[in-house]
Amino acid sequence: MTTAANESKTGATLGAEQLLHIYRQMTRIRSFEEQVNELYLRAVMPGLSHLYSGEEAVAVGICEALRPDDYITSTHRGHGHCLAKGATPDRMYAELLGKEAGYCRGKGGSMHIADPASGNLGANAIVGGSVGMAAGAAFSAKMRGSGQVAVCFFGEGALGQGLLYEVLNLSKLWNLPVIYACENNMYNEYTHYSETTAGEILARPAAFGIPAEAVDGQDVRTVHAVASRLVGDARAGKGPSFLLCNTYRYRGHHVGDVNREYYRAKQEETTWLNTRDPIKILADWMISQKLVEQPALDKIQAEVKSEIEAAVAFALKSPYPGVDQVEEDVYA
Amino acid sequence: MPEVAVRELTMAEAVREALAEEMRRDPRVFIMGEDVAEAGTPFKVLSGMVEEFGKSRVIDTPISEPGFTGIAVGAAMTGMRPVVDIMFGDFLTLVMDQMVNQAAKVHYMSGGAWKVPMVLRTTLGGGRRSAAQHSQSLHAWMSHVPGLKVVLPSTPYDAKGLMKTAIRDDNPVVFFEDKMMFKVKGPVPVEDYAIPFGVADVKREGEDITIVATSSMVPVALGAAKMLEEIGISAEVVDPRTTWPLDEKTLIESAKKTSRAIVVDEGYERYGVTAEIASVIATGAFYDLDAPVKRIGAMHVPVPFSPPLEDATIPTEQLLFETAKKMCKR
Repeated sequence: MTTAANESKTGATLGAEQLLHIYRQMTRIRSFEEQVNELYLRAVMPGLSHLYSGEEAVAVGICEALRPDDYITSTHRGHGHCLAKGATPDRMYAELLGKEAGYCRGKGGSMHIADPASGNLGANAIVGGSVGMAAGAAFSAKMRGSGQVAVCFFGEGALGQGLLYEVLNLSKLWNLPVIYACENNMYNEYTHYSETTAGEILARPAAFGIPAEAVDGQDVRTVHAVASRLVGDARAGKGPSFLLCNTYRYRGHHVGDVNREYYRAKQEETTWLNTRDPIKILADWMISQKLVEQPALDKIQAEVKSEIEAAVAFALKSPYPGVDQVEEDVYA
Repeated sequence: MPEVAVRELTMAEAVREALAEEMRRDPRVFIMGEDVAEAGTPFKVLSGMVEEFGKSRVIDTPISEPGFTGIAVGAAMTGMRPVVDIMFGDFLTLVMDQMVNQAAKVHYMSGGAWKVPMVLRTTLGGGRRSAAQHSQSLHAWMSHVPGLKVVLPSTPYDAKGLMKTAIRDDNPVVFFEDKMMFKVKGPVPVEDYAIPFGVADVKREGEDITIVATSSMVPVALGAAKMLEEIGISAEVVDPRTTWPLDEKTLIESAKKTSRAIVVDEGYERYGVTAEIASVIATGAFYDLDAPVKRIGAMHVPVPFSPPLEDATIPTEQLLFETAKKMCKR
């Protein structure tokens, strides 16, 4: 077990162009989620969504360390992973609105976005339900000798699921190229993780002999540097690893969870927002390093805003699937 | 007369031969499960497989059914064709999330983007004095779930041909083998063949009553048919072979022809396979039936250990004979 808070100073370094791309990706996720909330408030979106705002550095930092053909599995809070791995906002909004143009032709919705073109095996609405799938993709990559790796994103809530420990054991036994990315946003739905998690989180993967470390999940450069190393190790045949990303969920468990005082203080939320925001941390660092000036960042913000607006408009005007499609795709 | 290349194989040999031939044909096929390699499973179905295909394709796992089933789902999605071995059908309860919420739904939830071409081999049936947690027949659970296909062979011939189809299918297929029938022998052609899903097989033709029987109950039904013949009742025995897809047409046609039907299956009777099939026949053959469709399944109790108790829970030839006799008013 090691901590790698300062790895970005010594490990993989990012060029200005990739840093700006990372900034754009994080901004894209934030803007995407703000509009999801709007669509919910306007009662345009069916059902609910679990917003990723605040956790952007985790998905982007890790996915930027991956090849396009590497695999990910995602969670019910999955929009960030999907976008970070290469999905586009227009088809994602279409899916969220149940439209035919969506990634799943409207059959999956917010919690099931999947996209073979970007290696996304799918968001999964069973907490911890995709850990086997991720290890299976890694298993397949190893069998086929493709050099691909798999990243399994899951929240700290999944630490309570037995399947995780079966699969950690199997992936170490079989030396699978899989990275377990545990996003600790501190809340299992409406319960602080300290009430649900005995012992030390990192001691659990360590018990299987899996290299495990924690990173500041708000610092995208650190996440990226550590993820790059772990992905490189996996690709080099060194087996699985476990990356605990400490982060924070700005919004509620889902868009309808607005009165949160009974499980966490407003003060806590504003502190994270004001002092630990991953987009601001990156922007401040880039400016302080004179890698970029504010107008360039403003330009990215404006571009993302219009991209998101156009994507929402596309989804709103897209047609619903015909009812005749309801029985399609039950079987291949 | 041309020479027909047919040998007698046991059920276990037929399953093994299908797996071996498919593994020779397609390098993406591999086997994974508890004690599948050197042990060849406790039922010895896979004996010799690891010697031919090696440990990289006949893979022993820890006792972690959900874990390795989940790995099979992910491997199937990404270019492999796994065959997972779940030693006892009772352990399906452990893999329900992976089969029901993951494997069965991936294709639909992704709008057809991902496929899960995997086979889950498992067992059913009592009679081994193995008590409540090693004797159940839970194929109705699997048949209930859209996205899964469910196969129940009753002869070595069917087992081999259906296993080939299962491996070549692009969907998750659950393949149930009766533990008591592994040593039963039957003719199996030497040449390659596959049996399509959703095609029932008339195991015996008859005129007076239709007995629809699955898996372990097919030999029971054939035994009862022989007893019925002795008292002048001609029973037709129909084996659906797959509960999903289900060959409704053949079942209905047979019931129309004979005007009476009994459905027998080793799963629990209540809410079971017999209920579904009886409903199909009652609806499809209503105007041709001379009696209500009768169902016989396992008793609605956990399978007991004590031999006389266990025997009382499983449908028998005698029970089937008596029931058919009564329906034919003899």
